[in-house]
Amino acid sequence: MIFLQVLVSGLLIGAVYALFSSGLTLVWGMMNVINFAHGEFVMLGMYVAFVALTALHFGVTSFGVLAAILLFILGGVVYFILIRRVMRGPMLAQILATFGLLLVLRYSAFMAFGSDFVNLPEDILGPSLNWGGILLSAPKLVAGVTALVITIGMHLMLTKTMLGSKILAVAENPNAAMLMGIQPDRMQAIAWGISGASAGIAGALIATFYPISATVGESLGLIAFVVVTFGGFGSVPGAMLAGLLIGVIESLSAFYFGPVYQDVVVYALFVLVLWFRPQGLMGKKS
Amino acid sequence: MNFLKNISIIGLFLLTFASVQSSYAADDVKIGLVYPLSGTSASVGKATVDACEIAAKIINEPTPGFEDLPLGAGKGLPGLGGAKLKLIPVDTQGNPGEGQAQTLRLITQEKVSSLLGAYHSAVAITTTAVAERYGVPFVIGDSVAANITERGFKWTFRVTPIASDFAQSYIQFLDELKKNGRTVNNIAIVFENTDYGVSVSGTVRNIAKQFGLNIVADLAYNANSADVSAQVLQLKDKKPDAVIFISYTADAILYAKTMKSLDYMPPVLIGDDAGFSDFAFINSVGNIAQGVVDRSAWVVGPKGSLSYKINELFKAKTGRDMDDTSARGMQAFFVLADAINRAGSTKPEAIQAALKSTNLKPEQLFMGYKGVKFDEKGQNILASTYLTQLIGNQYYTVYPTKGAEKTLVYPYKGWK
Repeated sequence: MIFLQVLVSGLLIGAVYALFSSGLTLVWGMMNVINFAHGEFVMLGMYVAFVALTALHFGVTSFGVLAAILLFILGGVVYFILIRRVMRGPMLAQILATFGLLLVLRYSAFMAFGSDFVNLPEDILGPSLNWGGILLSAPKLVAGVTALVITIGMHLMLTKTMLGSKILAVAENPNAAMLMGIQPDRMQAIAWGISGASAGIAGALIATFYPISATVGESLGLIAFVVVTFGGFGSVPGAMLAGLLIGVIESLSAFYFGPVYQDVVVYALFVLVLWFRPQGLMGKKS
Repeated sequence: MNFLKNISIIGLFLLTFASVQSSYAADDVKIGLVYPLSGTSASVGKATVDACEIAAKIINEPTPGFEDLPLGAGKGLPGLGGAKLKLIPVDTQGNPGEGQAQTLRLITQEKVSSLLGAYHSAVAITTTAVAERYGVPFVIGDSVAANITERGFKWTFRVTPIASDFAQSYIQFLDELKKNGRTVNNIAIVFENTDYGVSVSGTVRNIAKQFGLNIVADLAYNANSADVSAQVLQLKDKKPDAVIFISYTADAILYAKTMKSLDYMPPVLIGDDAGFSDFAFINSVGNIAQGVVDRSAWVVGPKGSLSYKINELFKAKTGRDMDDTSARGMQAFFVLADAINRAGSTKPEAIQAALKSTNLKPEQLFMGYKGVKFDEKGQNILASTYLTQLIGNQYYTVYPTKGAEKTLVYPYKGWK
């Protein structure tokens, strides 16, 4: 019984990991740009949810949508103002630019919201569900389902729609795509927007169970990088699988070996997987 | 042209006059504040710096009602010709390396007379080492790991009670519960895995064994964890009679929420100060953590008391009640200011000598210490603490039972 509960808790937090990692894998895998500020996007999503609920009195269903819209815009703006220019420069310029963006966003949030932790009211998404003695935390369950929907949606969008094909074409070869009449700028801005939007939704959902602070990106950002590398660069389903796996491994190792060893187990497995599959679980061989 | 000439002559005259003027006033005394102003503990660091600014204001400017405090008359430092205190806060980011670098900068660039810090015990360890090397007094207001003073440093002075004092209080409190017929045989310790958690949990473990308590779960964890479900499930599995948490703010909040979502409540829940005293904890999860037992040497107290008046100033500045951590920092600041005043000089050796001869009485303090007097290792031997319990949205003293504000609510009520 307790084993099942540990497993379920792991799956739930894993789904949350998958949710905030899917946007990162999109820009990293598709455009070869490492967005160090991804954790900060999630953080902004959390604050959007907080402001929407406490100051603007939005309903529970609409704050996620608001976060998605605002972060979509932010993603696009970041692309046009910053990324488009530094992509012409060396790799190091891109890394430092997004790292700079991380600092700007984090410390702007500090200025705007202060250093105190804030929280959404407890139970905003209802109490835990009791499923035959196994407790499912409502916010994590919602996050899990959303992660699944977004992952499938993003995957279908990329593989089945015209827009997805255009984004993939630009990822493959911007010049050839341009010759086919696709505007690389627009596609890449959309990809950044989608990445931002998914981070926004993730943040809004995480805010329902995790304390909100300007530095939350520190803890979440690293996990996102591990998930994306583990799952395979650019693979959205890979991020889902990796997120769930990491959640379960963390949970089981924390329970059976002690919480202080969970990172050791996760990173040891991580290194092992990369040893055998450097491209990640579901990434394509380059 | 003539006009310009006149202006510049007047300007020059004014400049000369101004510089003559300032040489008459006593120089400001610089004190470096080494605290986390960004990172996950930024809220606590910021609150402590706010508290020290209030203390400096009480000393620098006449503020009625604080005459009982040393230097409470508001005339600066009489021992240094009425010199004013000037605070220079720096940000450690909660990082021992960054703390070290910033302390070095305060000493070599800002030429501070003395230092106060550092919240995180891990940061206090490295920053006091820098102060020791340069021979500058470092007063610890709030970091509690035993080894900070156990190293026998000559320039480190700690005002706060330390890990062993708290551990003693917790276990004696549990022992008293047991004597009153409650079941207290098995306990669990859950602690964050840096110097603070490791040190406090270590002393708790030793004293618990002396009192014959079984430790059924001993869980070290990383305070930046995104999830603590596994720890809560382990507690649920082992069913201890009391759980002692040693946590910072984000993790304390996360524990409270996770315990509710996994429907777990121990009969007694002790939260060791830091995260559990943070205003953010009480404000956001206080309603689902009713009955948490905490330690505190700070109580707001009745209207008109010194602590009440200080709390009013703090409220006016920050919009909320003062917490134990920033209150301990502020008390340490007064101790340091008093020493500088008695030293009559900003020379490090003089301040060090004055700190060594510090002997403050309880009525000169606003904290619940029995006084301030340092042993040869620099630890305040008169420091002590109360145990408090969260009832509604405030902590009330419940132990020692004699003189307590409220009687203990048993068992822990959580969200019920």
